[in-house]
Amino acid sequence: MRVEVDQPKCVASGQCVLMAPEVFDQDDDGIVELLTDRPEAEHHDGVRESVAVCPAAAIRLVAD
Amino acid sequence: MTETLADTAAGLPEHPMPRAAGCPFDPPPALHALQADSPVSRVRIWDGTSPWLITRHDHVRALLGDPRISADPTRPGYPHRSAGTKANDQARQTFLTMDDPEHARLRRMVTAPFAIKKVEALRPSVQKIVDDLIDAMLAGPKPVDLVEAFALPVPSLVICELLGVPYEDHDLFQRNTRVAVRRTSTAEEVVAAMQTLTDYLDDLLTVKRARPGDDLLSVLATERVAKGEMTQRQAAETGVLLLAAGHETTANMIALGTLALLRNPDQLALLRDTEDPKVVAGAVEELLRYLNITHSGRRRVALADIEVGGEVIRAGDGVIFANEIANRDPEAFSDPDRLDITRDARRHVAFGYGVHQCLGQPLARVELQVVYNTLYSRIPTLALATDFDQLEFKHDGIVYGVYELPVTW
Ligand code: HEM
Ligand code: SF4
Repeated sequence: MRVEVDQPKCVASGQCVLMAPEVFDQDDDGIVELLTDRPEAEHHDGVRESVAVCPAAAIRLVAD
Repeated sequence: MTETLADTAAGLPEHPMPRAAGCPFDPPPALHALQADSPVSRVRIWDGTSPWLITRHDHVRALLGDPRISADPTRPGYPHRSAGTKANDQARQTFLTMDDPEHARLRRMVTAPFAIKKVEALRPSVQKIVDDLIDAMLAGPKPVDLVEAFALPVPSLVICELLGVPYEDHDLFQRNTRVAVRRTSTAEEVVAAMQTLTDYLDDLLTVKRARPGDDLLSVLATERVAKGEMTQRQAAETGVLLLAAGHETTANMIALGTLALLRNPDQLALLRDTEDPKVVAGAVEELLRYLNITHSGRRRVALADIEVGGEVIRAGDGVIFANEIANRDPEAFSDPDRLDITRDARRHVAFGYGVHQCLGQPLARVELQVVYNTLYSRIPTLALATDFDQLEFKHDGIVYGVYELPVTW
């Protein structure tokens, strides 16, 4: 699984950080930052749920 | 034969719709019927216009996330909530009612203190506020009105600390916010209340500019306004938005949530007896879903023709999103009318969806987690001190809740 985030779209809802804190973080303004773009298998569910709840469609899963 | 718009609107269901007697937690039955039979359909509102009503969870998310849907109430066709909110929306605008890119520019100026880590750092002070208020309640007479003694002070104290507003002034901002969110307030009343709040924040910003503290208003005054990124007036209006949205919503979730739990003792027991923060966090999401207190609907206007659910919403048509029924959509949540704090409710739309999704949600979550985790374990015998039928609900409010919640223990 590879993850991409689109920072200009992010509205700093913080939901991805709650769902997968090992993968997503926020900068000083609350905008999403990736801690890793290749999360461990145990975090895949959290990433998928983040994609589902992100209000701004700012998180994508890309095929390798 | 010519049919006027008013004639067409006359046969349509009226919105908002009444809830069923005796079911104050459930959305109006007519919304269930619309969701099942015609999930994208027109309704008639107070000014005789006939915007679309969106009732399905997937439609709500698709459209609220669509840049062809505008939140700008100055556009023709926008479905206003009341004469009062219409007058106010024409008098002033915050990023709540702007579209990108200006919405994003202004919202980003205030996102910093709402980042998860910053809000987590506030948890101990939220806990202290909650504990102190419970101590005071337990030391005082009973019964007590939980709204006045607890539900309103908790989020008011927290947002005052974050913004740098003196809590001594709570009477002024709580009273004026109440007028502003009451659907029955006249246009003059709403505009006057909002003006009082804006002037109050404007004065406060002047003070902060001279003597900055460690708070958001000081940042706005000394950085954003001083650098010309926003006017002082815009900063004051942003402050009003944060102050009002920051206490009125969470206060209603505390009081109405407590009432819903008292009426569902099995769920209350689960929450009271758990030590697991994940269970508490899940309960907060479920109560947000189940109660969906912002029951007057998200309001938008279409910028282009949009096809959805077999209908075409035309450019210029008003659109109302009934998130309270979207959160009861059986396609999204099984057995949706049951309060079940163990379900996974995280896809609810109680904080809205799209770029306007609630800015304060991380803070609201921490406040509600601390409250629901503390109140019922510290007062395990908490009980309603009046007949359930005697309670008055905010049917006329832009935000739903109870006016008073007399409790004893
Ligand atoms: C449980 C409590 C809360 C609920 C249910 C709630 C609900 C909502 C909803 C539904 C929206 C979307 C508005 C729209 O799409 O038209 C919203 C937006 C907003 N909320 Fe909240 N809210 C809560 C707490 C808070 C708190 C604590 C704050 C601030 C301190 C806050 C600040 C805001 C702001 C500033 C917006 C506008 C965001 C934008 O337009 O970009 N809210 N809220
Ligand atoms: S869920 Fe989406 S909008 Fe929210 S912080 Fe993460 S990327 Fe940004």
